[in-house]
Amino acid sequence: MTTASSPAIDFTPRPGAAPRSRQVLAHALTEATLLVRNGEQLLLALVIPVGILVAGRLLDGRLGLHEENIAPSVFSLAVFSTCFTSLAIATGFERRYGVLERLAATPLGRGGLLAGKALAIILIALGQLVVLAAVALALGWRPHPSAAQWLVAVLGVPLAMLTFANLALAMAGRLRAEATLGLANLVYLVGLAAGGIMWPVSAYPASVRWLVRALPTGALGEVSRAWSAGGTTWWALGVLVVWAVASALLARKVFRWMS
Amino acid sequence: MRADYRDDRATEAGHYTGGVTSPGTALQIEAVSVTFGTVHALSALSLQARPGEITAVLGPNGAGKTTMIRCCTGLIAPDSGTISIFGAPPGSDAAAARLGVMPQSVGAWSGIRADELLRYLSRLYAHPQPVEDLIDLLGIGGFRRTPYRRLSGGQQQSVNLAAALIGRPDLVFLDEPTAGLDPHVRRHTWEIVRGLRDAGLAVVLTTHAMDEAEQLADYVWLVDRGSVVAHGTVPDLTRDASLEEVFLATTTSRVQP
Repeated sequence: MTTASSPAIDFTPRPGAAPRSRQVLAHALTEATLLVRNGEQLLLALVIPVGILVAGRLLDGRLGLHEENIAPSVFSLAVFSTCFTSLAIATGFERRYGVLERLAATPLGRGGLLAGKALAIILIALGQLVVLAAVALALGWRPHPSAAQWLVAVLGVPLAMLTFANLALAMAGRLRAEATLGLANLVYLVGLAAGGIMWPVSAYPASVRWLVRALPTGALGEVSRAWSAGGTTWWALGVLVVWAVASALLARKVFRWMS
Repeated sequence: MRADYRDDRATEAGHYTGGVTSPGTALQIEAVSVTFGTVHALSALSLQARPGEITAVLGPNGAGKTTMIRCCTGLIAPDSGTISIFGAPPGSDAAAARLGVMPQSVGAWSGIRADELLRYLSRLYAHPQPVEDLIDLLGIGGFRRTPYRRLSGGQQQSVNLAAALIGRPDLVFLDEPTAGLDPHVRRHTWEIVRGLRDAGLAVVLTTHAMDEAEQLADYVWLVDRGSVVAHGTVPDLTRDASLEEVFLATTTSRVQP
């Protein structure tokens, strides 16, 4: 049995913040590790998309899921689920558990926290895309992108990620954690089915195509499919810029650090 | 710079290089008011904490102690009044690097392991306390790989205390640091808190345990309904009555007797 004695540690103050880049990296790696370890999140990030890739191969054109579209549609789904659904759920519970409150009091601060979160979802999305592209290639997917659509994708995908992340933070920063959990999953399913993620805009009734194109999910899906098939979708950049700016303003206005 | 506020306050005046803060003050809260809707959480609260001293802030539930800490970390912007942390405003980089905060409840991802949390936090600081030393000191070794949500309340308290100290701060806020701890751990925590003071830190302690305040505090501020109702050293305040009697006489109850 040990008894309490004088602390053996030298507590003499030596305050100081680590370099910003090291803080942001530490945060990003911590969040990414926790997310990968979480079963439900892993289901959203990899198991469901891989399942759809394989199912699409087996369905072979039925349900309007054409083979050449399945891989790029699943890539959009992966980006959507990570940047919106997973981020919203994680942030909702961070706020509830007081994680944000604690971190706001460290040198990381608010700016570092947001940068760390951004880096975490970028790392996860890249990891997903590598795995999913490998699976899709193994299943026979062969993209033939044009140079113009490479540019659209390089600009459009980060804008879509930013939009989804802003919307996730707006939701998680305002609603109760349970409400965020439910709503984020609902939006995931609606976006997947009705938002232009899994089916191309041409598969929707003519009267609502403009609406699906005007959604960030629809714009991202079309960018990805056109990239794979050799088309060009400059219009999508306009849609995504408007969404990115509007969602940033919304998140700034409604986000709260404490529950 | 550090050595400046280790010795007697009076001798520091000449060394002190901070801004508007009066000499030798780590934390200066000046007439801070915070309103949530129609509720006055803080009403012209003014108090100070000095390096090398344990400053207790006592008050009933809802007196504004947690709001005060949130103002000091920059989470809440006061409606009026000023707060200075070694001359820097709350929420600034300069202030955040010098602060350590032990939150009263949770404050961690549910799935993170105790040692992962400490390792992560240590990487936010330039000269962190070695994680293993803190794990040994606070007896965290037995549950270091346990996810935070499965730790008992007392185990979470120990992890949170370690987290507050990891950046080698010179001002720490300990929000009810011994609530729910068994007497062994409580005594051990007291030793640590005294050790912090002896190393020159300014320790701001909130507690509902009057014996804890009597044991530890160099200076006591009694807060009620968001402002200071009495303050002084423990011997000053307890000249005619016990600290608990002073507390009951100067602060209001939210329940009717």
